[in-house]
Amino acid sequence: MKTYDLTELALRNLRESSLRNSLTTIGISVGVASLVAMLSLGIGLQKLATRRLVSSGLFDTVVVMSRRDLRGFGRDDERNTATAAESRTLDEAARQEIERLPDVLEAYPDIRFITELRYQGNPHLTMVSGIPDSARSNDAFSGIQGSFFSSDSAPEVILQKSFAAELLGKNTKSSQDDEIPVADLAKPILGQELVMRYAQRVASAETPQRAKADSSATVGNVKHPTQQPSDSAYSVISREQEFKIVGVSDLDPDSMRGAARARVFLPLKMAESLHVMQSSDLRDSVRGFNKQPSYSTISARVKGPKQIESVEQAIKKLGFNTFSILDATRSLRQFFAVLDLFLGIFGSLALAVASIGIVNTLVMAILERRREIGIMKAIGASDGDVKKLFFAEAGAMGVLGGMVGVTLGWLIGHVINIGTNIYLKRQSLPPESFWSVPWWLVGAAVVFALVVSLVSGLYPAARAARLDPVQALRYE
Amino acid sequence: MTEAVNQPSAPSAIRLVDLSRHYQMGQTLIRAVDGLSVQIPAGEFVALLGSSGSGKSSLLNLIAGLDRPTSGAVLVEDRDLAKLSREELAKYRLRTVGMVFQSFNLVSRMTLEENVELPLRFAEVDRGQRDALALRALERVGLGKRATHRPAELSGGEQQRAALARALINQPKLLLADEPTGNLDSHTGTEIMNFIREFNQSLGMTIVMVTHERALAERYAKRMIFLADGKLIDDQLNSIAITTETHENHP
Repeated sequence: MKTYDLTELALRNLRESSLRNSLTTIGISVGVASLVAMLSLGIGLQKLATRRLVSSGLFDTVVVMSRRDLRGFGRDDERNTATAAESRTLDEAARQEIERLPDVLEAYPDIRFITELRYQGNPHLTMVSGIPDSARSNDAFSGIQGSFFSSDSAPEVILQKSFAAELLGKNTKSSQDDEIPVADLAKPILGQELVMRYAQRVASAETPQRAKADSSATVGNVKHPTQQPSDSAYSVISREQEFKIVGVSDLDPDSMRGAARARVFLPLKMAESLHVMQSSDLRDSVRGFNKQPSYSTISARVKGPKQIESVEQAIKKLGFNTFSILDATRSLRQFFAVLDLFLGIFGSLALAVASIGIVNTLVMAILERRREIGIMKAIGASDGDVKKLFFAEAGAMGVLGGMVGVTLGWLIGHVINIGTNIYLKRQSLPPESFWSVPWWLVGAAVVFALVVSLVSGLYPAARAARLDPVQALRYE
Repeated sequence: MTEAVNQPSAPSAIRLVDLSRHYQMGQTLIRAVDGLSVQIPAGEFVALLGSSGSGKSSLLNLIAGLDRPTSGAVLVEDRDLAKLSREELAKYRLRTVGMVFQSFNLVSRMTLEENVELPLRFAEVDRGQRDALALRALERVGLGKRATHRPAELSGGEQQRAALARALINQPKLLLADEPTGNLDSHTGTEIMNFIREFNQSLGMTIVMVTHERALAERYAKRMIFLADGKLIDDQLNSIAITTETHENHP
């Protein structure tokens, strides 16, 4: 029998016992809806977690350290392998070289220092960090009050909310203060000025004409007090710089890309231009390495977590140590794979129950249409024709049930998503999408429903095909 | 006038060779067909006569390829049906045999046109061609205007005419009729028998009709085979069979 004849006959037969077949199809729909709902929840949660992690910058960043820095990660591995030739300085040339590597979006130095900030005449000591313009999309700044930096070299700062609270004289240790909305903290402080006092490193040959130096000291490879300082010598000058507070960030600083634990953020170019004395400067000076200023670490932002490994290898070949949280992403993927598997199994249970419904419906149909099967065989239908007809009926119920089920599952997901977001809103939390129904899931669910239906139709179809036409024709 | 059949002169359409069909019913062995040997030439109109349980319908089922013999052979156009696979038997029923039953056996959920074109679906005939053939077959039995009706909306005679149209649609060489007038009044029965005779005469179709009505057989069949307990008890040529259409009621 031709396919369209088969389809037409199958649909016609299904229409004839519309109530029973509709109920069976609804059974399949509920099964598919449960499967889609479960899997889309798993996929949605995975997407949410991945989005959060990727936007945190932790999973697409490789931290690069000099092999001279024995405090860094992986020092045990490198202690024996690093040769003098490989022990390169992590300087501007190295940064540019890393940035040119394939799959590296940008490489920027981690500028982080503890310094004094004065707000309305009161001094506050805290960690300051320079952040690149790409951090604009960082999760940490999604709930920012005010705005991100107007440019990469603007004299502007963004405060972490706990520091904003400190400037306003609120006690951050109090659990009550945590409940102060960030907007309330930002309102009085945005647009205000903050004065930073810092230690600037100036090469000894340079005369700090413009600087209003409070005091200065010369550090370097000085063999004798009367000798001129070598080219690795530099002066440390105390300076002041005014900044405008443009934003207050809502999130914990621990989640921020390359700026961990800082409470005040500057544009990266601005931070670089300050030439703030870094802890590595003193160490390199003692070792006699610092003819050129070097960085303690460089963060290389990679296209995605998948490229982390290859980029790490490439950077290691350049002669540096690296660190990333790649292993954590592996565990995360493994966790979600297991979660999806379990959700899929639970979701499939309803479909398994529905498949029994299909078997029942088709077996009933065989009993009811026993004589009809006999007639068809008497007038020339082969066993294969009868089998295909019952298969087509099972398949049609499966496809129809699958399509209705996917729609139902999508609707359930949508409603739960809306409900969850209403709840989050009441809890003063930002809305999130926990639900994701990708196109592949739509297709896979319908195909799965079809396969389950066809498998369910195996026994009834074989039974119908085996029917003895003489016996069937006698059946009343 | 009747005479015994010895050697049919025309080539055989059907040849039954020591044919037996036995059923086991609990402890009892039922010999529905028991060692039957008959030759039926192509184009013959044969009536199988006998009382209930004589094995007429069992024999018809064996010739139709709906059942397989316990022993012996059914040769149709020199093909031994016992040696055909299930698939080949289905093709044989589709292309060589047309069947008419006492209870019409139309699919109640389908219209007449759909019922008539059903064998064409199994033969994978294109839809356009199928519709035209089905309509022509229905017109031939005078049901052209009832094509969209369902069997339940028709009289018994009309249903049997539709069954005849379905049996004819694939232009089979054999028409097997199992008590075709059994559920009809005499007038309608005559109408049906006239159609069957017409197919025999105009299309050269071999007809094997099961009936328990001797008068009906004498009126239409050219040969009468009598069965009892599955055995052949008489085989006669019937020279008094009416060869033209009649509007008389059969007794």
